[in-house]
Amino acid sequence: MAKVFARPESLVDMQSHYCPGCTHGIIHRLIAEVMDELKFTDRAIGVAPVGCAVLGYMYFACDMQEAAHGRAPAVATGIKRVVPDGVVFTYQGDGDLASIGCAEIVHAAARGENITTIFVNNGIYGMTGGQMAPTTLPGDKTSTSPYGRDTRKQGFPIKVAEMLSTLDGPAYIARVSVHSVPNIVRARRAIKKAFEYQIAGKGFTLVEVLSTCPTNWGLTPLEALDKVTKDMLPYYPLGEYKDVEAGAKK
Amino acid sequence: MGERVLMKGNEAIGEAAIQAGCRFFFGYPITPQNELPEYMSRRMPQVEGTFVQAESEVAAINMVYGAAGAGARAMTSSSSPGISLKQEGISYLAGAELPAVIVNIVRGGPGLGSIQPSQGDYFQAVKGGGHGDYRLLVFAPANLQEAVDLVTEAFDLADLYRNPVLILGDGLLGQMMEPVEFRKLQSRELPPKTWATTGMRHHPGKNIVNSLVLDAPGLEKHNLHLQAKYARMQREEQRAEMLHCEDAEVVIVAYGSTARIAKTAVASLRQAGVKVGLFRPITLWPFPTMALGQLVPQVKALLTVEMSAGQMVEDVRLVVNGAKPVHFYGRMGGMVPTPEEISAECLKVIGGAR
Repeated sequence: MAKVFARPESLVDMQSHYCPGCTHGIIHRLIAEVMDELKFTDRAIGVAPVGCAVLGYMYFACDMQEAAHGRAPAVATGIKRVVPDGVVFTYQGDGDLASIGCAEIVHAAARGENITTIFVNNGIYGMTGGQMAPTTLPGDKTSTSPYGRDTRKQGFPIKVAEMLSTLDGPAYIARVSVHSVPNIVRARRAIKKAFEYQIAGKGFTLVEVLSTCPTNWGLTPLEALDKVTKDMLPYYPLGEYKDVEAGAKK
Repeated sequence: MGERVLMKGNEAIGEAAIQAGCRFFFGYPITPQNELPEYMSRRMPQVEGTFVQAESEVAAINMVYGAAGAGARAMTSSSSPGISLKQEGISYLAGAELPAVIVNIVRGGPGLGSIQPSQGDYFQAVKGGGHGDYRLLVFAPANLQEAVDLVTEAFDLADLYRNPVLILGDGLLGQMMEPVEFRKLQSRELPPKTWATTGMRHHPGKNIVNSLVLDAPGLEKHNLHLQAKYARMQREEQRAEMLHCEDAEVVIVAYGSTARIAKTAVASLRQAGVKVGLFRPITLWPFPTMALGQLVPQVKALLTVEMSAGQMVEDVRLVVNGAKPVHFYGRMGGMVPTPEEISAECLKVIGGAR
């Protein structure tokens, strides 16, 4: 019988620590599928963040470094400069990248550092127990915005893909989502393109992936997927924000 | 090699790093160490090396983490406030057991302080600075030739112990000019970096650079391993210079630029027939407890001189352990003690000691 579905070889065969219904697993899988397809697992060096994906260094079947909170793009810069023919990627959440690591991601992008960042945006600090993130939507309740994010006091969410696409350094910036099968397919395509661009030496690439946090959103996995459609997509429109090959489009 | 060249301290330290095989430097501007990243930005392209001006000291030390984790000899430099920012990364380097060399050209503090020389970062350098139980090997050169020699040593010992090494200079050392010769003092057998994350095509299996150990027994075991390494460093790496200590009744303890000034004081006091010696720690961690301890029975008193409110003096007192009086003289805020001040303090101590 023909095998039509299997674990990607670039994903270690082990149980993950992610909560039921969380989409980190899908995103890990997409990266691993692309690693398998483009055959760069033995050249890959990943950088794990601090946040829900902190144990990501265990799950990818390639060399990995664990970075300090927010510093993954700086760590990846050091790695890439030493191993220029390696394929270097960071896997970061929204607290890690858009809050404490804002300087590191902006400057890695501005330098056109030839690395790929997979930016997982679920609008909340998951691992520490559901605190407000820079990406938390206006009005959303979290453990540090218990009355709902009040933009007069707590400001507005940061739209990372839009912000970074204003820079000259990046070669490819896209926002995708994994809340439905067609979107998963598009997300895979974007991740593949980002790695292809890095391998071709085109410069900095980032794929922002809208993700869910049923545990800290206080929703069932299905309700969480609905929230992506209903609340996140209007605030965080999907699309390719920068593509040096195609010119900017949306 | 073998040729003496006149260089500024910061630049000599940079060239020494290049001669030691460092090809990755990550810097950020701050006075009084700017000549070091500037020199590296000129020199690295000439040796096919990499210079990156990072967006912050925080980013620079994390670039060092990445580069060191990929197996390269990597360096960063800064001055006091910038070194404070690097402490997070230094703790991670120590936790992940990555070799790296960090240069602190110390300026006056606390806070933004001044840009004048100081030794107010001693505690930060030898007692921690960042979080957790870790130690750095800390070298305190007193002249440029020694700075150059110690940079070479620093890279070797960083690789040998898989531990960050700190060069603790000060604004005087960074800014002065002296003739230096680039030389390798000692050849060492260094372990291959089989742990480096260079991609799995370069080594069997998967390498992970990491300082996270979530289970308590595992993290305690990791800490015990680190402590055993630090104990080995304490046994094997203590370094000090002693001048006129054989018959000294009073010993001045000073390091770095201050020791150099104290040397002048010792020379003039000796001319006047005063039995004074100088004990100069070259390694601040491990503190040269063995050599200093041997002097304690013969001396009547010790005088520690620092450009601080009194930091190293605590380690001197730990060694002396109440057996003899330990006096202290310090200047702060960028004020540099003169040989005359040190002589006068010494005579006061001798008056009391007699």
